[in-house]
Amino acid sequence: MSKRRPYVRPMEGWWKKNPYFVEYMIHESTALFVAGYAFVLLVGLVRLGQGEAAWNGWLEALSSPFSLIIHLLFLVAILYHTYTWFKIMPITMPPIIVGGKKVGPGVITGSGLLAALGASLVMFALVFWLGG
Amino acid sequence: MTENLKIIEIEVLRYNPESDREPHLEVYKVPFSDDMSVLQGAQYIKDNFDGSLTFRWSCRMAICGSCGMMINGIPKLSCETFLRDYYPNRIRLEAMHHFPIEKDLVVDLSGFIEKLESIQPYIIPKEPRSLEQGEYLQSPKQFSDYIQFTSCINCTLCYAACPQFGLNPDFIGPGAIALLHRYNMDSRDGAAAERMELVASEEGVFHCSAVGYCSEVCPKHVDPANAVNINKTNAARDYFLRFLSPKGGSK
Ligand code: SF4
Ligand code: FES
Repeated sequence: MSKRRPYVRPMEGWWKKNPYFVEYMIHESTALFVAGYAFVLLVGLVRLGQGEAAWNGWLEALSSPFSLIIHLLFLVAILYHTYTWFKIMPITMPPIIVGGKKVGPGVITGSGLLAALGASLVMFALVFWLGG
Repeated sequence: MTENLKIIEIEVLRYNPESDREPHLEVYKVPFSDDMSVLQGAQYIKDNFDGSLTFRWSCRMAICGSCGMMINGIPKLSCETFLRDYYPNRIRLEAMHHFPIEKDLVVDLSGFIEKLESIQPYIIPKEPRSLEQGEYLQSPKQFSDYIQFTSCINCTLCYAACPQFGLNPDFIGPGAIALLHRYNMDSRDGAAAERMELVASEEGVFHCSAVGYCSEVCPKHVDPANAVNINKTNAARDYFLRFLSPKGGSK
């Protein structure tokens, strides 16, 4: 009879055991906040379609203290998501060769973050410009 | 090992399938010198305290890939990790995570070996050439397309770092997919379509949720996470191309 009795360790709580996994889990869960914010904007769009009163109601709801706190939370979560998103981007892409050399992960992450910053600035400018 | 030996506490997860119901920790006080690796620490325990302590090793120089273990919870090659970097703290050794423990620090790798076989880790020539036709030629550019993925030493540290593999042991996993990618990227190989079936399968690349820790712990900078994720794109492209061309990618 075989004396083998391989022991399989449980996976419970695996993500708490390594800071790398904790970061991964926070990254994944902050995606919910991205979805949450998209939902807020979607509601705005629906309210806009329902006429001026509905739209103004939505705007008013946005400026309530509760909404401001929620949006602050959104901001923090989405910033974290953006940062960790671009941090893992290098491993998800085929190699980019520039001048015969592979572009390093730092450059890819950096360009991603810069692009996100650039896009945000353009959005801000648009909002200020349109908002008069 | 002579003058001024410091003593470090090494805690080892022990498991004897013949007598233990489950693994337990045991602590050993090991005198060490600055040039001693964690592997040598384990050898000291085996030689001086308990000859039944079981672990794998061979080359002692980070090339055979057999001495992997969890060192303070991080998958590492024990032969290239030094006791001095942990002193004066206690150091904990455990069998590589996510694999069944065979005995002490030795894990059951049979599942990994099966996966290695399944990816056909050899060149299946695009066009057969006779001896008279001479060798297959390859440009430095073509060589550079896959060289990084040839460095894998099958140490399976990436599997010990992959929670998705821990949750589902059928996942082909980082190391084997990196090797699969190595052959797919070789200009002499023509079996990418054959391997695609496995890449896109239930156990294939889409099991990966891009945790990325495998690439972090890989001692040979293979970047297995990159191989896995590039193949997600390849599998998706293959899927859509099948609608366009009757030949498609996979069978
Ligand atoms: S890819 Fe790296 S970590 Fe994984 S088996 Fe190969 S050498 Fe080891
Ligand atoms: S003993 Fe060969 S890699 Fe460590």
